Amino acid sequence: MTQQRPPAAKPAPIPNQETQFYWDKCNEGELWVRKCNEPDCDLGAYFYPRDFCPECLSRNTEWIKCSGKGTLHTFGVVVRPPHRGWVDDVPFVVAMVDLEEGCRMPTNLVQVEIDPADLSKNIKIGMPVEVVFEQRTETISVPVFKPA
Amino acid sequence: MANISRAAAIVGAAESDELGYLENRKSDLQLLVEAASNALDDAGLKKSDVDAIFSSGNTMGFAEHMGIIPRFTDGTSVGGSSFVIHAGHALAAIAAGYCETALVVHGSAGHSRRFFGGGGGIEGGGPASPGGQFETPYGYIGAPINYSMACARYMHEFGEDRAREAMSEIAVSTRKWAALNPKALIHDPAAEIPLTMSFDDYHNSRWISWPFHLLDCCLVTDAGGAYVITTPERARDLPKPPVWILGAGEGHDHGMISQMPSLTSLIARETGPRAFEMAGVTHDDFDLALIYDSFTYTVLLTLESLGFCARGEAADFVRGQRTAPGGDFPLNTAGGGLSYTHPGAYGIFLVIEAVRQLRGECGARQVPDAKLTFCHGTGGSLSSGGTAVLAVD
Repeated sequence: MTQQRPPAAKPAPIPNQETQFYWDKCNEGELWVRKCNEPDCDLGAYFYPRDFCPECLSRNTEWIKCSGKGTLHTFGVVVRPPHRGWVDDVPFVVAMVDLEEGCRMPTNLVQVEIDPADLSKNIKIGMPVEVVFEQRTETISVPVFKPA
Repeated sequence: MANISRAAAIVGAAESDELGYLENRKSDLQLLVEAASNALDDAGLKKSDVDAIFSSGNTMGFAEHMGIIPRFTDGTSVGGSSFVIHAGHALAAIAAGYCETALVVHGSAGHSRRFFGGGGGIEGGGPASPGGQFETPYGYIGAPINYSMACARYMHEFGEDRAREAMSEIAVSTRKWAALNPKALIHDPAAEIPLTMSFDDYHNSRWISWPFHLLDCCLVTDAGGAYVITTPERARDLPKPPVWILGAGEGHDHGMISQMPSLTSLIARETGPRAFEMAGVTHDDFDLALIYDSFTYTVLLTLESLGFCARGEAADFVRGQRTAPGGDFPLNTAGGGLSYTHPGAYGIFLVIEAVRQLRGECGARQVPDAKLTFCHGTGGSLSSGGTAVLAVD
């Protein structure tokens, strides 16, 4: 069963009613998240986007534009491709970033040199990062982060 | 809440006829029925005695395949911990009189499927689901990747060298137990695990997703497992000693790894105390521990979250092969998901090993005079937890 298959594209999201705005803005090169405006709720910005606040369930929420800056919360250096879309693209870095706005998002760390002899050498948790966008399809750009 | 401790007992437990990397592929249903049938034989019960089915997902399909018409059905599916959680659910259902004899079952041709192109692939409910939109596009696919990020955070908070030392202790000690279990995959050269594994073997094994080496990761095998729970009255009439369910606790605090409240604390912090309190036992009472070892890191985090040691102190707790054969904290005596079997969900095999240890059936790996143990399963992306305290008289 070693049949060769053609390289596949990386998976792209399908937006829904709650997230269409997010992905539209990403495709314009901007990162927006949702924030709770309820006076009695202290959640503030949250990720991933939902119309209601996941803390207090209020619908009194809004989209806010992010600075695109954050810090690296954690990461992993993936060596074995998890999907055909990454077969020619390992090692790569999966990451979580704490945004300046106060919420955490899953992403990739890009534009960082990976030393095969010491995979984590050039990556430090807490390091400042900033958003860049990776075009997946005509309508989808995914926000990824590079060292700031 | 009424304390239903000891309101039911496990009376039979078994794997499928074969387990490991099977030469002749079997379907999931075949493995399920083999295991269920073997567990009933072990209990001394017949299929017609079963009036309740517990499995993750499609209980209808399984019951149809085996020819059972249950009056109670529970498809709780929260990852690999489900089959520990089912013990508590069955206990509650039996105590409440909804059923008398429950069959808990899991089976998956996880290994064979990898070579037939089916299954696996993208998780998270499709490209419009939260996971499909916000994790999968980044390659958050599969447990090794998701769990590796939690482990990296632990290393940042508590020290990379200490974490690595503890991971290596678990990696080596678990393989020592596996070597004593004839059913463990470690005996198959295809497993890529040296039968007498050294610390160097661990450190030199290839990277899967840093910080995980291959030898930090559980297997993907073909296997089924099952156990049978019944009322105290019926349990006492059966040939083998009843394994009492003393306590149970369950919970989950997220679904996606990126939503985990803290990457270095498991919901075990709540399920453990609940189960131990219900059972009326404390940490020092257990003769052995059975902890879902999807990864070496999962074990460290579970020991800390259950309260066997403080956060960040697992390295001190497991140092010097304390968890290996002959150590004073026997852990995962069957060889764990790391080196015994792991068809995609391991929880049921924790319970099977608990039953065998408590009955004294474990041969070379038997913990002397084992009377009390617990199983703790972790499922999803470190998302769910289930603790069950088990004992014999």
